[in-house]
Amino acid sequence: MLIKKPQDISSSEITEQAIYLDRRKFMTSSIGLTAAATLLSPHTSVAGYGGKTLKFTEDKIFDRKEELTSFDKISNYNNYYEFGTDKYSPAKNAQALTTDPWSVQIGGEVEKPGTLHLEDILKQNPLEERIYRLRCVERWSMVIPWIGFPLANLIKQAKPTSKAKYVQFETLERPSEMMGQKRNVLPWPYIEGLRMDEAMNPLTIIAVGLYGEVLPKQNGAPLRLVVPWKYGFKSIKSIVKITFAEKEPVSSWTKVAPNEYGFYSNVNPEVDHPRWSQRKERRIGDFLKRKTLSFNGYAEQVASLYTGMDLKKYF
Amino acid sequence: MMSKLIKPLIFLLCLVPLILLFRSFYLDELGANPFEVLTRSSGEWTLRFLLLTLAMTPLRQLTGSAWPLRLRRMFGLFVFFHVCVHLLTYLWLDHFFDWDEIVTDIIKRPYITFGMLAFTLLLPLALTSTKKMMKRLGKRWKSLHKLVYVIAILGVLHFILLVKADLREPIIYAFILLVLLLVRFKPALLHKIRYATQ
Ligand code: HEM
Repeated sequence: MLIKKPQDISSSEITEQAIYLDRRKFMTSSIGLTAAATLLSPHTSVAGYGGKTLKFTEDKIFDRKEELTSFDKISNYNNYYEFGTDKYSPAKNAQALTTDPWSVQIGGEVEKPGTLHLEDILKQNPLEERIYRLRCVERWSMVIPWIGFPLANLIKQAKPTSKAKYVQFETLERPSEMMGQKRNVLPWPYIEGLRMDEAMNPLTIIAVGLYGEVLPKQNGAPLRLVVPWKYGFKSIKSIVKITFAEKEPVSSWTKVAPNEYGFYSNVNPEVDHPRWSQRKERRIGDFLKRKTLSFNGYAEQVASLYTGMDLKKYF
Repeated sequence: MMSKLIKPLIFLLCLVPLILLFRSFYLDELGANPFEVLTRSSGEWTLRFLLLTLAMTPLRQLTGSAWPLRLRRMFGLFVFFHVCVHLLTYLWLDHFFDWDEIVTDIIKRPYITFGMLAFTLLLPLALTSTKKMMKRLGKRWKSLHKLVYVIAILGVLHFILLVKADLREPIIYAFILLVLLLVRFKPALLHKIRYATQ
């Protein structure tokens, strides 16, 4: 594994991360204290990426051997076609999006359909930090400290019926604020889906923040899916609708190019994209490429979901 | 005096895009994935210079000036210069000279096949671009250099095949190429344009 040359790391990047890590140490040591409560109330942002700070518990599951991608890079290099098809426009164009008020419609094969308001979702689901690798289908990757909660929590609250085999997610469709939706590059609204067991897996989270603050709009505010063992496009952003279904949903990218983007889209170095090999990836910030890991390095936690399946066929 | 300066000035002007690109690269201003920007920018400039080169003959017919033809070879060599940079970024920054991987790519991925074909066809054109070769090849030089139209078509196909979903940009290039091919192979069109603008 190559670590980038020291001169490649700008000093701002180092301080950013150092402050973040420091702050996190502080928070875990002071959680439960009233001092922390005042410090963490909105508007007294400590790290200062500009967003409201969130209360969360530190990631205890994943080691931190891998260097975090800087906030600057995570929030300025985004695939979010609702705000432009290149990776630099969303940081600018997404600022037009109104994320408050926000609600999510729950429907389909559930006992408790209805509309959930964001505030209630946040009240009912304690936030935790998850440091995950993100592998884009385009052969680049990042390491992102998400703040969120397991999707399973939300699903349990909705009480899916026995007919619920799949979960379908929908992004907001609002062309007046999402300028990319004025053109038909993808069928809008953006749709993604998971099999029920994938959705219930403890690794699958709904993220509402990163680096300790609320999600930047270009990263899918106010709430998005994060499925770390699948290519990035599966992790749908700015969700307004979650539907439980008996039939496998058809994702937006599958609609436009079924031979390139399958329903599963698990990170798999053995299965090529028609236009490139998936064996290697460039970690953002690195010069040399690294080998892509099966299930993006989460095989231990998720490979069993797919035993007996031909992953070349169900790509 | 003036006309002696024009060519070197245009030469320097043609260097500007790449100089700016590498300056931004050096200053770390190319964003989170600077290597991707290098490949894409050099690819786009290859295509732009290619279309610029193709525009010289019609421009001469349109204006009657000798300048377009005097600049044509220089623009053509800038195509070759940019495609070399573009290819190098691919061989090095994408594949780190892993030749097995590269050969597989060339065989398996149509967009790389077309790009590589375009590059291969550009080689003989660059090699025969000198005055000496022009004289030596005589009439054959002209037919050989007609390959540039094939190269341009391959270049545009390469672009169309590599985009994920947004075809807007490659379509713009395809449209410009179509216009250039039309006026080249249907010169009557050009006469009409001349009349219309007189
Ligand atoms: C006349 C020859 C060529 C022309 C006109 C050309 C043009 C282009 C253009 C316009 C782009 C897209 C830039 C963008 O996305 O904005 C591009 C990208 C690219 N080209 Fe070429 N190219 C040529 C030859 C080659 C060759 C020989 C190779 C390698 C064997 C190559 C590999 C690539 C790669 C890897 C990309 C980037 C694809 C991506 O980012 O997904 N090209 N080229």
